[in-house]
Amino acid sequence: MSLLDPVWTSLLYLAAAVCFILALRGLSSPRTARRGNLVGALGALIAVVTVFLSARLENIPWILAAIAVGSAVAAPVARRVKMTQMPQLVALFNGVGGGAAALVALLELAHAENPWVRVAVVFTLLVGAVSFAGSGITFAKLQELMTTRPVVFPGLPVVMAVVLLAGVASGVAVVFTGSLPLAALVLVLGLAAGVLLVLPVGGADVPIVISLLNAFTGLAVAASGLVLGNVLLVVAGTLVGASGTILTRAMAAAMGRSVAGILFGAFRGGSTAGSMVVSERPVRSSSAEDVAVLLGYAQRVIIVPGYGLAVAQGQHTAAELAQALEARGIEVDFAIHPVAGRMPGHMNVLLAEANVPYESLKEMGEINPEFKTTDVALVVGANDVVNPAAKTSSGSPIYGMPILEVAEARQVVFLKRSMRPGFAGIENDLLYEPQTSLLFGDAKDSLAQVLGAVKAL
Amino acid sequence: MDGTALLTITVLAVFVGFEVVSKVSSTLHTPLMSGANAIHGIILVGAIIVAGQAADPWVLAAALLAVVLATANLVGGFVVTDRMLHMFHARKNTAKAGGQPKAGSK
Repeated sequence: MSLLDPVWTSLLYLAAAVCFILALRGLSSPRTARRGNLVGALGALIAVVTVFLSARLENIPWILAAIAVGSAVAAPVARRVKMTQMPQLVALFNGVGGGAAALVALLELAHAENPWVRVAVVFTLLVGAVSFAGSGITFAKLQELMTTRPVVFPGLPVVMAVVLLAGVASGVAVVFTGSLPLAALVLVLGLAAGVLLVLPVGGADVPIVISLLNAFTGLAVAASGLVLGNVLLVVAGTLVGASGTILTRAMAAAMGRSVAGILFGAFRGGSTAGSMVVSERPVRSSSAEDVAVLLGYAQRVIIVPGYGLAVAQGQHTAAELAQALEARGIEVDFAIHPVAGRMPGHMNVLLAEANVPYESLKEMGEINPEFKTTDVALVVGANDVVNPAAKTSSGSPIYGMPILEVAEARQVVFLKRSMRPGFAGIENDLLYEPQTSLLFGDAKDSLAQVLGAVKAL
Repeated sequence: MDGTALLTITVLAVFVGFEVVSKVSSTLHTPLMSGANAIHGIILVGAIIVAGQAADPWVLAAALLAVVLATANLVGGFVVTDRMLHMFHARKNTAKAGGQPKAGSK
């Protein structure tokens, strides 16, 4: 039974596609972002209602039940997840989307008469499977179900090349024969490629991989649109693929590296000499009271939050400290490095959750000139993003990465767990400079002590 | 719809995609990624079509699995993005009820 004629169907799909474009557009600015997301959800609703009204569908009760199950699983998880764990949830949702696209393509193969359509089927299978398996591994790394260190074994590039070649070869065979078992083989090889792609990626690069896999799923969905001849899937998938690509490149640029370099391990291949070696040079360790005095009698303080803050769940305490300092008439800003946290922009979300107004979250380009006139730069759980080696030492693996110029501030205070080097395993010379003092301990505990001491001033 | 028309639409959509996100600030990279993630959950439409045309029980089972996965992507994606953006919205002036009690006591 179809209630809508093809013209209305097309028009409603067009409306949904426009909603998606507006959603992405709205998400570019904090003022319009929430409305944009709701417009996107409206577009999705229009599209799903349209498909029920337009196509001749059997099994409708089953389909409705499956939708109910999917919603019942996903909505509560999405509502309850902690904001620190949100990157892995995004990875998971991305993966299941890719898996759905691959399944759709596999099932549509029987109806694909035209070899060109079978090309789209093979593309969807391969890319969707890579995205599904890759996102699964990403999830496991972020959730710390497995090691966050790069997993490499000898011959990995060879195995990867063999898997990809086999995938493409069986894909070509599927295009010519339309064989379902071979298509299933493509799917399996795609899954293997996804695992091999993400295994060698280190914890620090996982955010970029999430974004890349997001773009992959978009492309798989677009290709499945070509398979089904559905314009909406083509437009939505392509939008996501294109925007995901831009985002991935922007993030890689923020880390001063190329996407290819991350995927093919140029980073690891570089010298990580000195990694995990703790230097014997003296540092100035200080107490929470000393730090409180430094902060409490400053005029301008910039807080640099990093991944350690997120791990320690210290963002609320950091926000309280900022409020306590502002109550003393001190100007406080948060300097956010583009790759702080576990996902680009993750730190902004965490601090927004802690009620820090987004106006006081400053991006790197905006805040860097202000460090010169800053009394105290308080670095909480960040290391590599403030490491001057990125500017000065051309042999360093992070050389070329833009950093927050905290060394320009009059005083620098690091809240650190230990002297262990950061994610990249590179020592930070700033720790040994005369203007630097360190307060050791868990970021949240240290912040709470400093907060208490500031209030007692 | 014929192939060239679809190809035209695809190419135009690439440029729209590049254009709409090219100026986004890094503040919003996470919500943008999550929002884009939700949008590709629209593969649900494809999964519904395939499930609706399935005659074989195995095909139906696989298609229904695709429906479940796609719905999780779509619904979960929009919900988590909305939650994130709600936090950007909740500014100092409107301290949430049940939020931090200390926020208002300065």
